[in-house]
Amino acid sequence: MNKVKEFIQYLFSPRKRSCTVSFLLTVVLYLVMSVLIANGSVSSLIKGLLIPLCSYIVAALALNLTVGILGDLSLGQAGFMSVGAFTGAVVSAVLQQHLDSNLLILIISILAGTVMAALFGVLVGVPVLKLEGDYLAIVTLAFGQIVKTLISNFYVGIDSTGLKMSFIEDRTHLEAGGKMIINGPSGLSGNTRMSTFAVGFVLILITLVVIYHLLESRYGRAILATRDNKVVALTVGINTSKYKLITFVISAALTGAAGVLYAMNFSSITPAKFDFNLSIFILIYVVLGGLGNMTGTIVSTIVLMLLPELLRELNDYRMIIYALILIAIMLITNNRSLRSLYERLFLRKEKRNVESTDL
Amino acid sequence: MNLLNYLINGLSLGSVYAIIAIGYTMVYGIAKMLNFAHGDVIMIGAYVSFFMLVNFGLGFIPSLLIAVVICTVLGIVIERLAYKPLRQADSLSVLITAIGVSYLLQNSAQLMWGSATKMYPINIISGSVSLFGGKLSIPYLTIVTILVCIVVTFALQWFVNNTRTGSAMRACSEDKDAARLMGINVDTTISITFAIGSCFAAVAAVLLCSAYPAVSPTLGSMPGIKAFTAAVFGGIGSIPGAFIGGLLLGIIEIFSRAYISTQLSDAIVFSVLIIVLLFKPTGILGKKVSEKV
Repeated sequence: MNKVKEFIQYLFSPRKRSCTVSFLLTVVLYLVMSVLIANGSVSSLIKGLLIPLCSYIVAALALNLTVGILGDLSLGQAGFMSVGAFTGAVVSAVLQQHLDSNLLILIISILAGTVMAALFGVLVGVPVLKLEGDYLAIVTLAFGQIVKTLISNFYVGIDSTGLKMSFIEDRTHLEAGGKMIINGPSGLSGNTRMSTFAVGFVLILITLVVIYHLLESRYGRAILATRDNKVVALTVGINTSKYKLITFVISAALTGAAGVLYAMNFSSITPAKFDFNLSIFILIYVVLGGLGNMTGTIVSTIVLMLLPELLRELNDYRMIIYALILIAIMLITNNRSLRSLYERLFLRKEKRNVESTDL
Repeated sequence: MNLLNYLINGLSLGSVYAIIAIGYTMVYGIAKMLNFAHGDVIMIGAYVSFFMLVNFGLGFIPSLLIAVVICTVLGIVIERLAYKPLRQADSLSVLITAIGVSYLLQNSAQLMWGSATKMYPINIISGSVSLFGGKLSIPYLTIVTILVCIVVTFALQWFVNNTRTGSAMRACSEDKDAARLMGINVDTTISITFAIGSCFAAVAAVLLCSAYPAVSPTLGSMPGIKAFTAAVFGGIGSIPGAFIGGLLLGIIEIFSRAYISTQLSDAIVFSVLIIVLLFKPTGILGKKVSEKV
């Protein structure tokens, strides 16, 4: 009995608390949703949103790793999702000819998308992370645009002789019975839908495990040191470029996985879906959830994704209201007098704790 | 002759980018923020001038002036209401607010004027000059666009370097607190910067729509992103940099459309940006800022 109590105390100790809360929240939400679905009390609209929601949560958590933990702004999240999504779709189309188990195909596709997105992460990260300032933001923005343009001009088909690819024009010349997988600007069509809510849930858990493990490790401390003061980190012998690159690549890889999950939920999807606006939306989830705060990211993604649906009755006005809410939140949370009032009312005890641990 | 033709087209498109990029670069230089709503101010300018031309039957110059006035006021209002309260906030909060303003403008435009594309009257500046016995014809619009860009850049450069307000701007971009101690009204200076940027956005809107006559609520996004790229390309914060960056970006875009591939032109433009940043991290004319410890 004592052991259990100790364990619970350990789970809610200041160091572990945020991790525990994130996991608990995810599991509880999943169980509640599963029960509600089994009851049949969930509308088909919400049901259709569940897998995209999981995908966005994973992408937002991954972005929080770059923006919140690494402290570098990335505007190319949609690019990595796109790379993952289309890689995953091609892999799954190939595997469908050899394997029967949809789950197995989905898992292998997700892994393939993850690896490909990680490779692109290295490609973008190696040259850029040595630069200072907002350059990561600009280069990732450019990267997202490049990926969108390239995939819009990419043609991949499959027939009995294997995969055929061409660029700019459709020169795949498929045999009769062959199938186009990526069809230039019209993207995926006839994609077999394999993603399930359960897989999405597991992917969120894996993402949380990866992120919290990274943070607890030697790597995580080096990364935080780099973010807080790069010069000091360098002087104590931390290879800041290396740690930045590792974090950025992990973030890209997780985003790729989110992309596969997203793509495998739809039978057709265009490359234009993964545009600059999507990157911005994910960034909004992260910033409103709180930089470096994983639980906050999950909550804000859920709230902000459901908000336009809840505002659906307002029709034409809903995006205007969404925009106004966004601006209002930013103005209110940055208002000094409101902030100090909040701190006085709620944070007195915690603040004292922080002060004592600082010493 | 084709080459010359493409070059002139590139300069014309680049001039529009340059005028927009100047707005970005000034705001970044002084307020240290990425004003994502800048592209949408262009969109508002386009709509205003469209209605002045079509519904009120005004001429080119009056409708341009009204668009300039409305955009300038809009720029100041946005700055006062949305950005000023965030002067002390972290840069990400400001960025998100700018994105919120951008959504607000886009969706308000969609609500007020519908999402359907409107055709901008293209015959405002018609006719062209023939050169080399008719082998090369340059539309007057192209000449006007390039001239406006050159005039605007030099006028602004003179303004920033030779007037009191200009020196106040330079002082604010160096160090806001020190500027305040010197008796400079930082808030007013930032408002003036936004006003100038938005005023140029209206000019760019009219020139852009005369060349590409489709007016829609999302009109400003892509030119906005491209112009921002141009500003970075030339060295963000620098007015001559925005000018050169804009022109180069326009030329690269038109050349890659003509000689490589129409569909891939965006990818090529952004790849060039990445390559330039790798070799010259602060852009073409950017200053190197050394970090003090």
